[in-house]
Amino acid sequence: MTLQLILQTIINGVQLSSFYALLAIGLSLVFGVAGIANLAHGELYMLGAYVVWLFYGVRGLNYIGAVLLAMLLVGGFGIVIERGIFRPLRGNVLSVAIISVGLLFILQVLVGQIWGLGYPKRVDAPIMGALNVRGVTIGWQRIIVISAAVFLLGMLWLFLQRTKLGRAIRASALDSEAASLQGISINRSATLAMGIGSALTGAAGALMSPAVAVHPYMGHMALLIALIVVIVGGVGNLKGTVLTAILFGFLYTIITTFLDAVIANIASVLFMVFLLAIKPGGLGEHGT
Amino acid sequence: MGRNRLRTGIGLTVMAIVLVALPFLLTRYYVDLTIVFFAHLILAVSFRLITTTGDFSLAHVPLMGMGAYASALMAKYFGWPFWLTLPLAGVASTVVGLVMLYPLLRMKAFAFFIGSYAIGEALRLSWIRIGIFGGHRGISGIPHPSISIPGFVTISFAGVTPYYFLTLAITVLCLLIMFLIDRSRITQIFKAIHAEDSLVRSIGINVTAYRTLAFEVGTFFSGIAGVLLAHHLGHIDPHQFDLTTGLYLLIWVVVGGFATFTGPIIGVTCFTLLGEVMRVFGAWMPLVYGCILIISLLFLPEGLESLPRWISPLIKKMGISGNRA
Repeated sequence: MTLQLILQTIINGVQLSSFYALLAIGLSLVFGVAGIANLAHGELYMLGAYVVWLFYGVRGLNYIGAVLLAMLLVGGFGIVIERGIFRPLRGNVLSVAIISVGLLFILQVLVGQIWGLGYPKRVDAPIMGALNVRGVTIGWQRIIVISAAVFLLGMLWLFLQRTKLGRAIRASALDSEAASLQGISINRSATLAMGIGSALTGAAGALMSPAVAVHPYMGHMALLIALIVVIVGGVGNLKGTVLTAILFGFLYTIITTFLDAVIANIASVLFMVFLLAIKPGGLGEHGT
Repeated sequence: MGRNRLRTGIGLTVMAIVLVALPFLLTRYYVDLTIVFFAHLILAVSFRLITTTGDFSLAHVPLMGMGAYASALMAKYFGWPFWLTLPLAGVASTVVGLVMLYPLLRMKAFAFFIGSYAIGEALRLSWIRIGIFGGHRGISGIPHPSISIPGFVTISFAGVTPYYFLTLAITVLCLLIMFLIDRSRITQIFKAIHAEDSLVRSIGINVTAYRTLAFEVGTFFSGIAGVLLAHHLGHIDPHQFDLTTGLYLLIWVVVGGFATFTGPIIGVTCFTLLGEVMRVFGAWMPLVYGCILIISLLFLPEGLESLPRWISPLIKKMGISGNRA
């Protein structure tokens, strides 16, 4: 095994970890704050990728604009579904999860029927080519994903730690009853969390769209990954989510490099089940 | 009481006549459809049996696949007869289910739901990876079942009508067994665990044992359903048992109602009929499924089977007010 291979694996691991973190953080946030276990989470990711395909790939808007638009649209959509279908069932996690299944089917069919089922859509990378550092190639798209993920997660952290609204969201996640006694509106926290969480998920789809095949069923794998990361990291525990994303990002990259992707999926899933069995609360304690 | 019994008796007799006459009245296509419908009935009712303890298992469809694969492999490679592969496939599902339960029993409610999805997916992915299961392409040429009594007769179920009656008999038997379980004390304990497991534990009932029992009985029947499907279709692949199928099953049972034994039966029946009526819309079907699920969870949380309870007081009220007017 050469040094180059090790470095290449590390770079791949970092890129996958940052994608996993961005993908899972939204699910963790809404789950922790509002008890919404949104199984249509993968479809929000899919929508983000489609917005970029439509506005950047087809209409010729610039890439950054398309990513921002994806965040805006998917975030707005998240707020709509929180108000419309999740709020009436809030408090019953299993019912919310089941109703989100309905949403999952609706979005898959709508997107498939409007933009076609045939070949997956291809989105050109905004900056072609790759950076070559002593034999290790790093695609520019990977650098964009890594830096954007770090930036967005940093912004989220600042928002949650430093602003009044952010503190209100964290308080709702810790103890919704106590928070509402302090005059924090749980409804507002839930809407806000769903909006931010969906926007970040849309961003994950938007950023990954040049690197993956964009099709209506791309959410399946994303959902599985997000669930693994969120559950292992501890529901609503954002630090735990990021750490788990890094753990699984590297686990997946290493197994894919040396064995194959199907084994990597099986290993990730079994690892999650194993952790759930020995530590039902996840790796971290509850709370943001 | 006597009148009710009479009515039930007449109802069952009519149903029996219809079910026996069905393959002679319908075209090949609809007989095929009915066979699949029977397998789905077993699947949905056994799924609901597990939910009585509060465990919603998304591993149910992969475990059905386990039964299908087990029977297909035994019949194709060992040439074992159907009457042997059928129960053995059920046992194979049960054994795999038991392994899954080791981590799953430590989870409850939502964690169980997600955990069962993950572990079921691991099982399904292993079929893609392990050579004997045929990878993505699965297994083709699964032989038609035949039952032979050495020295006497050999009955072949190759034709669609004989296979229909075989499926009918197995389905009736499976539903009858699950119905008796539903009426027994055991189900009362299952439901008590669902309502308040710590209370049940406090009076000396082994909650883990009863959850295992419910899961294993349900899994056995899901394996049976898988066998019926495998030998009917003649071909199985990992894609048939993926999350989408599992979510469909969830929708049938949730929309039908999982509080009573009849709920899943109503659910599967309605969705099978709906699927036929809306066949022209093809690719739009999942959207219809999704809309029905959302509407029913928001407005009819106890499922279709609770509909008469909602409507009959309304009709009565209208009837009374009508008399007064």
